[in-house]
Amino acid sequence: MRLINRKPQSPRLLGVLPVAAAVCLYLATSGARLAENPDDKLMPSPLSMAEAWRGMALAPDGRSERYLFWDDTAASLARMAVGLGITTSVALVVSLGIGMFPHVRATLASSVTAASMIPALAVLPILFIVFGVGEVSKIALIVVGLLPCMVRDLSQRVLEIPEEQWIKAQTLGASSPQLALRVILPQMLPRLIDSVRLALGPAWLFLISAEAISATSGLGYRIFLVRRYLAMDVILPYVAWITLLAFAFDYGLRVLRRWRFPWMDAATVP
Amino acid sequence: MSRISVRNVWHQYGDRVILEHLTFEIEPRSFVAVAGPSGCGKSTLLRLLLGQERPTRGHIAVDGVPLSPEPGPDRGVVFQRYSAFPHLTVLENVLLGLEFERASWLGRLFGASRRAAMAQAETYLRAVGLEGEGARYPHMLSGGMQQRLSIAQALIRKPKVLLLDEPFGALDPGTKDAIHRLVVDLWSASEMTILMVTHDLSEAFKLGSRVLVLDRLRSDPQAPERYGASLTYDLPLPRKATTPGEPLPQLAPPPPAPRMAALRRFGLA
Repeated sequence: MRLINRKPQSPRLLGVLPVAAAVCLYLATSGARLAENPDDKLMPSPLSMAEAWRGMALAPDGRSERYLFWDDTAASLARMAVGLGITTSVALVVSLGIGMFPHVRATLASSVTAASMIPALAVLPILFIVFGVGEVSKIALIVVGLLPCMVRDLSQRVLEIPEEQWIKAQTLGASSPQLALRVILPQMLPRLIDSVRLALGPAWLFLISAEAISATSGLGYRIFLVRRYLAMDVILPYVAWITLLAFAFDYGLRVLRRWRFPWMDAATVP
Repeated sequence: MSRISVRNVWHQYGDRVILEHLTFEIEPRSFVAVAGPSGCGKSTLLRLLLGQERPTRGHIAVDGVPLSPEPGPDRGVVFQRYSAFPHLTVLENVLLGLEFERASWLGRLFGASRRAAMAQAETYLRAVGLEGEGARYPHMLSGGMQQRLSIAQALIRKPKVLLLDEPFGALDPGTKDAIHRLVVDLWSASEMTILMVTHDLSEAFKLGSRVLVLDRLRSDPQAPERYGASLTYDLPLPRKATTPGEPLPQLAPPPPAPRMAALRRFGLA
């Protein structure tokens, strides 16, 4: 039988395999290093990671009397929420304009394409200079980094709506605002969710970079702070937590899309 | 009542001539079938009548008034595909035309006015044989049902002219017969003019009260794009069954006219 026609009996089991292999490899190497030198900091045991996590999440910090892990999480999530909120609402309006109105498209489309080529991290110093090192510059980095690509993606989705629908709506007497509100916008929303899902990866990247350079709290701030003490027992749980958060967002958005837009699954080709 | 007059219409894309000196009148309440080989400009003619494109030269008028340069509610349309809105249920798809008419800003009706509009939309669903399907989404319907939905959607604004662009091309024969029946019944019961574009000659003769055939009369082998299609046949047919339910008379297409043979002899076609 050809390789392309051979299907696995249990695809889920195969999917778990790489993760399980990585965990086993880590445990074996970490165990061997710790047996040789119990003070090794590079590959801490799961137990010491749990200990470090408990110290930060379940006990107040000695100096500030705050639960650092949850403080960091709240600070990062707040920046993420504001950044994504601004990005998606601006992207929705701008791409609706570009997708619907030829004049707006002619004016903006090429500048947006050019802007999406600017590496956002390269303008981070500018943001720090302009907005200072406070919260605004971190949120601005998320917006600057995500907005052009999201506008490009969403306006493309608007242009993909078959011409038949535009004509049909006009023969039903739709004005431009009516067309936007009843035909175009509702069909953009599920695509907006897809767009946000794809943007989550870069969004975390920008957030952690900004926090690493200047912040007083946040998940990225903490990782880069404890790096100085080679505290892998803190860094690894934080990385795992960030991954878990990102995964939960992605899953939540997928569920939301399926729940709110039941017509979407089969309707891409009606 | 609406009389469509097409005066010396000429349409080209760049150097490529699609239609040339097209002149005809359509009487109110006719069912005109436009047939012809693929690429002869049938769909271009429909786009011109729809207002989606403007003719390069010539005039199109409805009741003596020049056609508005964009699609509007006086001309309904049914396309072969993508006519229904995928994000709305069947009932909402039909309701939409009324909402556009009555809620000029949001395009959405609420409360009693919405209920009244829904009742009206239901009668249109019943008329096209889609009662009980109102809560489903278009992608859950068969091809024939989707076209029925599209017809109901187009009719709710009571257009003076209904334009059909290969509406039954993708349907199987049984479904096609039933929907032919429906279209003729709806046409008989209303005041509207129907213009249907089709590549299927037998369909044109079965449904139309008049058949227009478009084809290229002249051709230059060195520059095939320089000549466009024009009207080659204009055949009025005996008025079709106006009593609903009666089987449609089947007419055979006529033999090729001597005109083409004559043109061929002189090397013009």
